[in-house]
Amino acid sequence: MALLTIDGLTTGYGEMEVLREVSLQVDEGSIVSIIGPNGAGKSTAMKAAFGLLKPWQGSIRLGEREIGGLSADKIVRLGMCYVPQTDNVFPSLTVEENLEMGAFVLTGPTKARKERVFELFPRLAERRRQRAGKMSGGERQMVAMGRALMLDPQLLLLDEPSAGLAPLLVDMIFEKIRDVNASGVSVLMVEQNAKKSLELADHAYVLVNGANRMDGTGSELLADPEVGRLFLGG
Amino acid sequence: MDLMSRTSGQQLRPGERVKRLLGSRRTFVVLLVLVVLAVWLLALAQGVPGQRVLSLMVRGVMLGGILALGAIGLSLIFGVLRIPNFAHGDMMTSGAYLALLVLSLLPLGAPLGPFSFGYEFLVALVIAMPLVGLLGYGLDRLVFRRLRAQKSPSVIMAMAALGSAFLVRSLIYVFWGADFVFYYTGRPRPAFEIFAGIRVRPDQLFILGLAFAMIVLVYLLLERTKMGKAMRATADNPELARVTGIDTESVIRWTWLIGGALAGAGGVMYGLDAQLRPEMGWWLLLPLFAAVILGTIGNAYGALVGALVIGVVWQVSSAFLNPAYGPGVAFMVLILVLLFRPQGIFGRPGGP
Amino acid sequence: MSDVAFIKSLMLALPLAFLAGRMLPARLPLAVRLPVGLVVGWLVAVAVTLVVPAGLMAYLVSFAVVGSIYAVIALGLNVQWGYTGLFNIGIAAFFAVGAFTTALVTTTQPTGVAAGFTQQAFGLGAPFLVGVLAAGLAAGVLALVVGGPTLRLRDDYLAIATIGIAELVRLVFQNERWLANGPQPLRGIPQPLACLVRDSGCAWLPAPLASLFEPLASRDYTYVYMLITALFVIVTFLVLERAIRSPWGRLLRAVREEEDAAAMNGKDVARVKLQAFVVGAVIMGIGGALYAHYMVSIDYSHFDPLYATFLIWVMLMLGGSGNNRGAILGAFVIWGVWTGTAFVVDAIRPALAALSPELPARGPYLRLMFIAFVLLFILLFRPKGLIGEERFVSRHSEDRGR
Repeated sequence: MALLTIDGLTTGYGEMEVLREVSLQVDEGSIVSIIGPNGAGKSTAMKAAFGLLKPWQGSIRLGEREIGGLSADKIVRLGMCYVPQTDNVFPSLTVEENLEMGAFVLTGPTKARKERVFELFPRLAERRRQRAGKMSGGERQMVAMGRALMLDPQLLLLDEPSAGLAPLLVDMIFEKIRDVNASGVSVLMVEQNAKKSLELADHAYVLVNGANRMDGTGSELLADPEVGRLFLGG
Repeated sequence: MDLMSRTSGQQLRPGERVKRLLGSRRTFVVLLVLVVLAVWLLALAQGVPGQRVLSLMVRGVMLGGILALGAIGLSLIFGVLRIPNFAHGDMMTSGAYLALLVLSLLPLGAPLGPFSFGYEFLVALVIAMPLVGLLGYGLDRLVFRRLRAQKSPSVIMAMAALGSAFLVRSLIYVFWGADFVFYYTGRPRPAFEIFAGIRVRPDQLFILGLAFAMIVLVYLLLERTKMGKAMRATADNPELARVTGIDTESVIRWTWLIGGALAGAGGVMYGLDAQLRPEMGWWLLLPLFAAVILGTIGNAYGALVGALVIGVVWQVSSAFLNPAYGPGVAFMVLILVLLFRPQGIFGRPGGP
Repeated sequence: MSDVAFIKSLMLALPLAFLAGRMLPARLPLAVRLPVGLVVGWLVAVAVTLVVPAGLMAYLVSFAVVGSIYAVIALGLNVQWGYTGLFNIGIAAFFAVGAFTTALVTTTQPTGVAAGFTQQAFGLGAPFLVGVLAAGLAAGVLALVVGGPTLRLRDDYLAIATIGIAELVRLVFQNERWLANGPQPLRGIPQPLACLVRDSGCAWLPAPLASLFEPLASRDYTYVYMLITALFVIVTFLVLERAIRSPWGRLLRAVREEEDAAAMNGKDVARVKLQAFVVGAVIMGIGGALYAHYMVSIDYSHFDPLYATFLIWVMLMLGGSGNNRGAILGAFVIWGVWTGTAFVVDAIRPALAALSPELPARGPYLRLMFIAFVLLFILLFRPKGLIGEERFVSRHSEDRGR
């Protein structure tokens, strides 16, 4: 069952077109990856899905529901959460407070939810009172993901989760993504690190110059010679 | 050596490295302390007696408390809305004058204890604060929200803040005229010695106490309530706040209400200590912004620290400078901050 | 017509001719527009001089003088804001520095008894144009000092710093007696070309021209000064119109649009911003000089942020930022509104007094309130102003997208 469907999406910034008739789909329970060269529009696609950009043409559907152009707080309530690439934590808030902000749209107590996140990221539990701004890149990424998970979303959007992280950490983050997916959250991620994300993904899309180039399962694309040449340092 | 830190392959040019060092937080704090000490020493070098310098220091802390009431609101508004609220000074002025209005409507009571004011002043303060909060909220509703909806560039919003400042001030001119007034006339307000030859007026101790009580309340609000945390979060990063699902319009509303109330309180207390004149808030704008930038935009606690530093430097420097140059001294501090560490004490390099 | 009317109409003709020439379609060659403009301008001037009563005429001319001074300052602001997007809330500082600089440069140090009343740092007794030049230079230096550290940072910081500099300048001129007699006014600023209206006439003027100016009396000096200020507006306008179409002008606009960050790194952007800031400030300083020579006596209170900063912003925003014609238009319109409201407030005086006995005296503040409303109105509903920005069609087609 398709959780997120993007169909013929054309959009851009100001007058500059960035995406042309991009289509992709995230099935429930899967990990989908978008890869492509710099400037291909990968992050733009994700931002459009999350309502940060108005689609010029095409549709974005969450389940049956058209969400193109909806505001972020509505989308969050519909079960889709987003982790931006940079500036993705509130630096002057503690880890715990960052998580609490993730659950802002809810009115009840957040203790149980926080505990679930801490189970997933034990390292954060140790540092729950620490200010997020003082944490290292890897820890911040975990805080950002934890924050997005506070609402038990159906779908998690990750914008380049491994960006700027040391190789050891990249593995760790992808481990966590796998764990998150195992707990029932579908994942759509944009990644620069093509190899690792293809290894993880159930399905992947290659975007070049703002349009679909090809798609397939993770292993299919890993084996594909063109993909190998373009991204895997062939 | 943090293995978890982002890998950065850039080599810094030697000039950059020196700049980074100079701009480091530790150096900056040392610099600030040196500035305060320098002002002290200059005062003493001019032959000003030590007790007077100490008294000025206490006055400076009090003034810092007043400034903090304005600076905290200004910092939050700056952080949450990303516009420099040039109307903040005049919001403080309106608080002072609204209290004056309430005072004129209430029967005059006897002074409370050693203070120069009676019960009616406290009532006026309590009424003026939310009124200024509403003024701030009203400004947002009528002006800034529309501009936000039109996606106006932030400079236009800053200009609208400037226009609002003059609008508020013109209203005060129209209703009260240009002359200065006092809350109470004919009540002697002698200074007394608290210890070590430091002389302050009882009113000033009250202001100091009240300012800090309010700051504690603000602290509790920001740390313990959901809205307070959301305000801090939005001040940190409005885009992320929106993405997280925080209702930013609600946060903005509360920021104006609370920022306005604090500004109003600050204005009333400034009026109590000195006198009321329609320009009083505008003249405070510079010290307020200096405090906010020093303490990092969007950081309420930084604003408090900044306000204290500015207040102390201002007051102590009045021992050897023409007191009229107070805002000029704040300006010098601001320039120092902009030269060495524009992101403020608590900011990160690369700008807020 | 009388000799006096004749010479007055001639003086009026110059600015009117320029206006007429500009309003003619640009397609017509300069050789056509120049004489036609001159003729039309002079005809209108004659008509006006004959029809309008002398008292009203004198008022209109002084209105034109002040409007022109504001127009010069608005043009300076347009370079900073309209073309480069810099938010300068300290216009009063450059205005004041320009005014006081020319005052100090063109007056002479008082000696003897007078020295007891007036203190000033120096007095060179230099001619008017030297004073104007010095004024522009001083304002430019101030802009360099203020803009240097701040323009590398956010634009918000520039705005705040300019508030600071305006405060500081005001405080200095208010408190430092030795500098410019603060807070007392600095008097005796010479009036350029005043000899034209004196009986003795100008020594350097050849006889036939001198007889032309002979009928003018000293009360007609405003006509002479209007000619001077009009010339300054025209020259500044033409220079800026040329500048904005030059490569430098394109740089300014690129900085404002934050175009193509890859083409200009941070240091270049700051340099261009500083250039624009200084150029604008120089023009404001010149405007200040014009003000000083008109007022003859100035003190710090003339440079209150209300009148010396806020009003000019409203002028530019109303007229149309990013448009030199808009700057001039806005200056005259808002100055008209400002002085017009004075008449209105005067007229409704009895009504005001009925509301409250102190209200009539607070007329200026009612007018200020009105102007503040005007600005907010403009920002909310028509931020482009009356004329809006000029669109420049580049000779080379621009790269669209990437």
